Amino acid sequence: MQSSHSASAPGGAKLAAHFASLDVQKHAARLGMWLFLATEILLFAGLFACYAAYRFLFPEAWAASSRSLDLLMGSINTIVLITSSFTAAMAVHYAKEGKNKLVGHMFFLTLLMAGAFLVIKYFEYKHKFHIGTLPGRYYFYDGIQVPGAPMFFTVYFASTALHAFHVIIGMTVLAIIMVRAYRKGDFGPNNYTAVELGSMYWHLVDLVWIFLFPMLYLV
Amino acid sequence: MTPSSSIAAPGAAPGHEAHHDEHGDHPSYLVDGTTVKSWLLTVDHKRIGIMYMFWVLLFFLVGGIFALMIRLELLTPGPTIMDAMTYNRTFTLHGVVMIFLFMIPAIPAIFGNFMLPLMLGAKDVAFPRLNLLSLYVYLAGAGFALWGMLNGGLDTGWTFYTPYSAHTTTTVAPVLFGAFIIGFSSILTGMNFIVTAHTMRAPGITWFKMPLFVWALYATSCIQVLATPVIGLLLLLVSAENLFNLGMFDVARGGDPVLFQHLFWFYSHPAVYIMVLPAFGVMSEVVSTFSRKNIFGYRAVAYSSVGIAFVGFFAWGHHMFVSGQSTFDAGIFGALSMLVGVFTAIKVFNWVGTVYKGAVEFTTPFAYFCGFLFFTVFGGMTGIAVATVSLDVAWHDTYFVVAHFHFIMVGATIMAFLAALHYWFPKMFGKTYHEGWGLVSAALIILGFNATFIPQFLLGNAGMPRRYYEYPERFQALNVASTAGASLLAFGFVIIALYLTWALIYGKRVDNPWGSKGYEWLTASPPPTHNFVGPQPTYPEEPHFYVDPKKAEVSDAV
Ligand code: HEM
Ligand SMILES: [Cu+2]
Repeated sequence: MQSSHSASAPGGAKLAAHFASLDVQKHAARLGMWLFLATEILLFAGLFACYAAYRFLFPEAWAASSRSLDLLMGSINTIVLITSSFTAAMAVHYAKEGKNKLVGHMFFLTLLMAGAFLVIKYFEYKHKFHIGTLPGRYYFYDGIQVPGAPMFFTVYFASTALHAFHVIIGMTVLAIIMVRAYRKGDFGPNNYTAVELGSMYWHLVDLVWIFLFPMLYLV
Repeated sequence: MTPSSSIAAPGAAPGHEAHHDEHGDHPSYLVDGTTVKSWLLTVDHKRIGIMYMFWVLLFFLVGGIFALMIRLELLTPGPTIMDAMTYNRTFTLHGVVMIFLFMIPAIPAIFGNFMLPLMLGAKDVAFPRLNLLSLYVYLAGAGFALWGMLNGGLDTGWTFYTPYSAHTTTTVAPVLFGAFIIGFSSILTGMNFIVTAHTMRAPGITWFKMPLFVWALYATSCIQVLATPVIGLLLLLVSAENLFNLGMFDVARGGDPVLFQHLFWFYSHPAVYIMVLPAFGVMSEVVSTFSRKNIFGYRAVAYSSVGIAFVGFFAWGHHMFVSGQSTFDAGIFGALSMLVGVFTAIKVFNWVGTVYKGAVEFTTPFAYFCGFLFFTVFGGMTGIAVATVSLDVAWHDTYFVVAHFHFIMVGATIMAFLAALHYWFPKMFGKTYHEGWGLVSAALIILGFNATFIPQFLLGNAGMPRRYYEYPERFQALNVASTAGASLLAFGFVIIALYLTWALIYGKRVDNPWGSKGYEWLTASPPPTHNFVGPQPTYPEEPHFYVDPKKAEVSDAV
């Protein structure tokens, strides 16, 4: 009695007993996801506020430190991430058509690119640890000695690390959906909410990077 | 599925008839599954509400014990029962426990969880499993915070101001991390409620037929969803600052502590409305029920909840009048803060308008309503006073501010919490308590409360700063009065705990003792597991649609 009963509807989607209809249930899931994305945006908004305040206080440090970042790696990462968003969107498209194998493939490609993003990010971080463009008191880079430069890297590491954490969460979610598409293959015209929500989350991860990239690399 | 269910029939009278015999196979949620597992893994919003109640009340007790320790310490001008460091920890833990573990989840997570689906004619909230998850996330966060408290505690005050919080040797990080986790629980609950209000309304319940408690929860949830992430981020940054010295808010490294204050109050000012809006919602229900009248100015009350939620996002600067804000900003923030008072006043006038020419039944919840009205008006007026920049320069960080926010938070929110507890006690447990004891303890609490905090206004006005464990001789008389009041208050709570526990076991079996026509009363008390038997009911009329023959001549009685 305690667990909610479920009934199977055509197309494999489960209707939980407390919803009036499958449409309502889908609407609810989507609305919930949008709200969640709103909280994510506000989470980063706090960091953006820090960024704005300190950029206003230390314009020279911001310009100099930004130039010390590896623009090539940053650009490659941006392209990689945007492409991965495209494959995630394609997965939704195929899920609607019930082409489960393609859904799996698309998410596999997305995951591959996400992994590439993290690897590139790792090399960027490694370089920074090497030359000493590090946050706060760990800063030891001789190349830029303007007040505020360590602060730039505090903001840099805080925001990129938080973003990378989101990439990892997103990868986990997409991996789960991918396995489901390959193993169960039950996505179809009436049952693609999971794919849709997963890819919405991935778009958010992408979107945040699209803000971070110009803010950090193109000052 | 029995379509003939009397509860589900449109416009049916509250189902207090013997439907238990009729639907013998639909036991109440309390007895449907009696194993420990059936409680711990339940997805029933009612059981989750009850479990929240257990924990939230426990933390209320913890916070209350800290409060009494503070008052005991302040009984004499010198050290009384503790040293300065212990005192700093005590008031910090009092604030953290009361705000993050008690006040924010109190009304939404207990009564919101329990009542929201009932009020919308839904079988559950939109995401039942997420709802259970929010409880465990809350407990995980509480666990972290408690662990930090037991292993050193922290002495920064509940506001965690940098740079001090980045440098103090007390255990800041676990408590902050705990608060961060609790934030997630709050976000989950908020999301769930918003989606529930959008998608789970029964046929016939349009937006403007939703009970006002639902409107209040909706506005609260919007704040929870939009403001909590910002403090979540901030708490992470300060923890990192404390552990690794990244320099984000460290002046020595070009950091700006005032930026911390901006981000902190961007959440924490709206958070005060997370605490008070549900209280307003409870009172809109209580005043209708016990005046036997639909609320006066329904739309005004509903919109003003949303208005408060909105304006509340643009008032945070009033906490920083003396933090180096420009005079211009201070003026703007002051004026915007006062707007909140306007919306609150709209509500107050409508509540009073509801009582006017109503058939008042002076029960315990109504007694709390009276206390609530007084404290909201008084506390709100002092809010306007402290939002006046020229005055607040003197009052800031004195006991005047402490009294202001306790009037609103304890005065308004605790009154509403107790009113809700008494009003919905029969709904939740199907039993009733002793009315006489209810009124006695309400009187004790309202009196004790005034005795505690009115002296604090005077102390603050005379210049006693907050957060010190010693004070000059001349402040002693008022401090003694305040401590005496706090004891009275505590005594009132003990009485409540006793008679409610007694009622839980031996209380008289009732269904709808108030004859309330709130939507949540249309089902049995306590409700069956899926809230009602049969298909989704339709609700053609408004909640609290009283057609009282005696009052038929009153034109606005309906
Ligand atoms: C009419 C509406 C209100 C106005 C205009 C108002 C204004 C203010 C102002 C200006 C302060 C800062 C005083 C200072 O630190 O110098 C303040 C502090 C505070 N208010 Fe209000 N307030 C209002 C309602 C509320 C409500 C409804 C609550 C809570 C339920 C609340 C809770 C607090 C708290 C907790 C503080 C102190 C925070 C701290 O420093 O620890 N206020 N209020
Ligand atoms: Cu405020």
